[in-house]
Amino acid sequence: MIIEFGHFALVLALLVAALQTVVPLVGASRGDPRLMEFARPAALAQLACVAIAFGALLHAFITSDFSVAAVANNSNSRQPLLYRIAGLWGNHEGSLLLWISILSVYGAAVAAFGGNLPARLRARVLAVQAAIALGFLAFTLFASNPFARLDPAPADGAELNPILQDPGLAFHPPMLYLGYVGLSMAFSFAIAALIEGRVDAAWARWVRPWTLAAWTCLTAGIAGGSWWAYYTLGWGGWWFWDPTENASFMPWLIATALLHSAIVVEKRDALKGWTILLAILAFGFSLIGTFLVRSGVITSVHAFANDPARGLFILALLIVYIGGGLLLFAWRAPSLKGGGLFAPVSREGALLINNLLLATAAATVLLGTIYPLILDTLGQGTVSVGPPYYNATFMPIILPLIALTAIGPLLSWKRADLPGALGRLKFALAIAIIAALIAWWIHGGPALALLGVALAAWLFVGALTELIGRSRALSPGGLGRLRRLPRAAWGMTLAHGGIALAILGMTGSAAWKQEDIRVLRPGESAAIAGYSYRLDQVFPVPGPNYEATRARFTVSVLGNAEGSKPVAVLYPEKRSYPVAETTTTQAAIRMLGLADLYGVIGEPDGKGGWAVRFYYEPLVPLIWIGCLIMAAGGIVSLSDRRYRVGAPQRAAARAKTVPAE
Amino acid sequence: MIRRRLLYLLPVLAFLAIAIWFWFGLAPGRDPSLVPSVMIGKAVPAFDLPPLAAGAPGLKNTDLKGHLRLINFFASWCVPCRAEHPLLMDLAKDKRIELYGIAWKNKPEDATNFLIDLGNPFAVTVADQSGRTGIDFGVYGVPESYLIDRDGNIRYRQVGPFTEDDIEKKLKPLIAELSK
Repeated sequence: MIIEFGHFALVLALLVAALQTVVPLVGASRGDPRLMEFARPAALAQLACVAIAFGALLHAFITSDFSVAAVANNSNSRQPLLYRIAGLWGNHEGSLLLWISILSVYGAAVAAFGGNLPARLRARVLAVQAAIALGFLAFTLFASNPFARLDPAPADGAELNPILQDPGLAFHPPMLYLGYVGLSMAFSFAIAALIEGRVDAAWARWVRPWTLAAWTCLTAGIAGGSWWAYYTLGWGGWWFWDPTENASFMPWLIATALLHSAIVVEKRDALKGWTILLAILAFGFSLIGTFLVRSGVITSVHAFANDPARGLFILALLIVYIGGGLLLFAWRAPSLKGGGLFAPVSREGALLINNLLLATAAATVLLGTIYPLILDTLGQGTVSVGPPYYNATFMPIILPLIALTAIGPLLSWKRADLPGALGRLKFALAIAIIAALIAWWIHGGPALALLGVALAAWLFVGALTELIGRSRALSPGGLGRLRRLPRAAWGMTLAHGGIALAILGMTGSAAWKQEDIRVLRPGESAAIAGYSYRLDQVFPVPGPNYEATRARFTVSVLGNAEGSKPVAVLYPEKRSYPVAETTTTQAAIRMLGLADLYGVIGEPDGKGGWAVRFYYEPLVPLIWIGCLIMAAGGIVSLSDRRYRVGAPQRAAARAKTVPAE
Repeated sequence: MIRRRLLYLLPVLAFLAIAIWFWFGLAPGRDPSLVPSVMIGKAVPAFDLPPLAAGAPGLKNTDLKGHLRLINFFASWCVPCRAEHPLLMDLAKDKRIELYGIAWKNKPEDATNFLIDLGNPFAVTVADQSGRTGIDFGVYGVPESYLIDRDGNIRYRQVGPFTEDDIEKKLKPLIAELSK
């Protein structure tokens, strides 16, 4: 009964979305305030309907109602509660409902907290937001119904894919969706601005916090996903250029560009058309990602459903939203009047280069992702994709970008003094050279890795230089000035510093990772990177819905006498899920200094030995530390005063924000 | 002014081009893991690859006659290869067919570790470090597999990892037919 009620609520949401699309648009073009005001209650009603539907499906998952097909195919009564809940978004239908729920949360947030927006703009933004919801609600109801029943109901479910039964994966899809779907706000604002024919500093100021929020979630979501891959796939890698990963990475690149170009619109009234284009593309890429992952045009390890009929439906949505948005752009954008002029060497110029490089990087990733498909449809081709492709194409674009990231913030608006800015980076340059020399002394190469270390140091020190220079922190009273800096300035320093740390981690992982794979019998040891790993024993451990084989490794510093205190004890597991007939790996990871000791237990060799894998991953924890700092930078920047001033009623309303799900 | 307008039309045109490709990609009956190949029915392209481990035999295209063989392009950096690997281990037990591995764009020591770790289903494993042989075969990416008949002709191509279904419904019947 609850399921039918949820289904009904979703149908109702579709109707509300249809009204919310049409009525405010008509109102905005006629200038009828009552019709425009309709958008706000409609957005809240839509959220209520979708929340009921989501709650109904969640109830079915928690109570293991196997008469619901989505539950029967993706859950099992022996799964722990957390994974019964995560099962909701571990499949195509349920994850689509999560997608829509987040979309309506964003729409309702504009309705509830957008009091300071001009009525006409708000009405149009909410109408576009509803139009997106309309398409995806129709897709859910007509082609991917999460409430479909099974008759007869099976006695037990088929279980969530065991590789997804992991705390990391329970939380990372909602975070990622908050990012993907959050970009719909930038899209809606862009379309509304095109309809109005006006883009100004105020518009940029409204659109930027939404983009920033989405970007922050996307950053955290991508980092979470790669962390998950790192410790559950069990071979020490953390990024594989898989289509699913690329699907989240492309919108991130474009959203990063958008964040930067929106500053130019806000401060200098320039780059308007370009910013609008980026706003459309950012959401466009997140839709293309959805399409690639769900339509089955490209094979991926974590692809959802391979169903061409669904693919066709999503393709139609893509054409309506992206194609329609870009068409509107082609029609209206040429008449947007740009304001501020600037010299090529200026803050604006630097941000433009940043944008071009990021957009090119996104295009490179897109090409690598769909190249096999393009060639296939052209008949026949011979091309290789995979890390070799991305190393050859992505790196040459991103390395100069990193180098310029330290310089850009030191340039002034309109016309800048490049030698002066470079002069202020002398210290950063010295540190970069010293860092590269230290890396060379320890590891001796390779050259690209030394460059990576130098760039990371350059950017990190460069970001600090900018912060210290801006606040004159080293002069008397500097601490107070440092504290009084705008939050946005702190946000930028954190984000750029975070990138620098992440790059250092990526460099360490790519160049200096050590691994050893061998067969050990209990009692035997292997040595890697100055540590000795002794396999003490292998023993079975029962889990709630799996049988685990757990190993115990004692790690000690090589050369120390037997019996000296071990530096770590690792317990990697191999889990076997009888229902899904799958085994998963749980690596055991211990952070030691800035390196990870990483151990994995593999198959028995049948003669009393076990295949084991050890990795020494220097600097790798910095990847996630850096990403977290970047996300923190996003949050700090989001709290900047300029997003609150002039809207005291909004600041008051914020106290009773919708609680997180 | 017109030229300026055309510039603004570029994004939508580029998008439409991509959308059309997507549409072709969705054509009914197209299975993304079974991309038709012009190589089917033709002889294996010429190649001569060194062994993965020093001392083992290498592999030339002319070595491929006389027995039914499956050539699998793999790499240790490839996620789907790991997913596919247990199926290859099973398939290796089938006496009618021999599995040959080509480590594609992969450091030999990494590929060797991969096989030590997950088991080695291959009778012969060679290294295509430059990826040149992969290009001659028309490899899109790894994993990719080719079924070679006794005359050295390509009879089946699998783009992407094998699934159990692929092996049972596509590969096994073909093996049965070709090993008569």
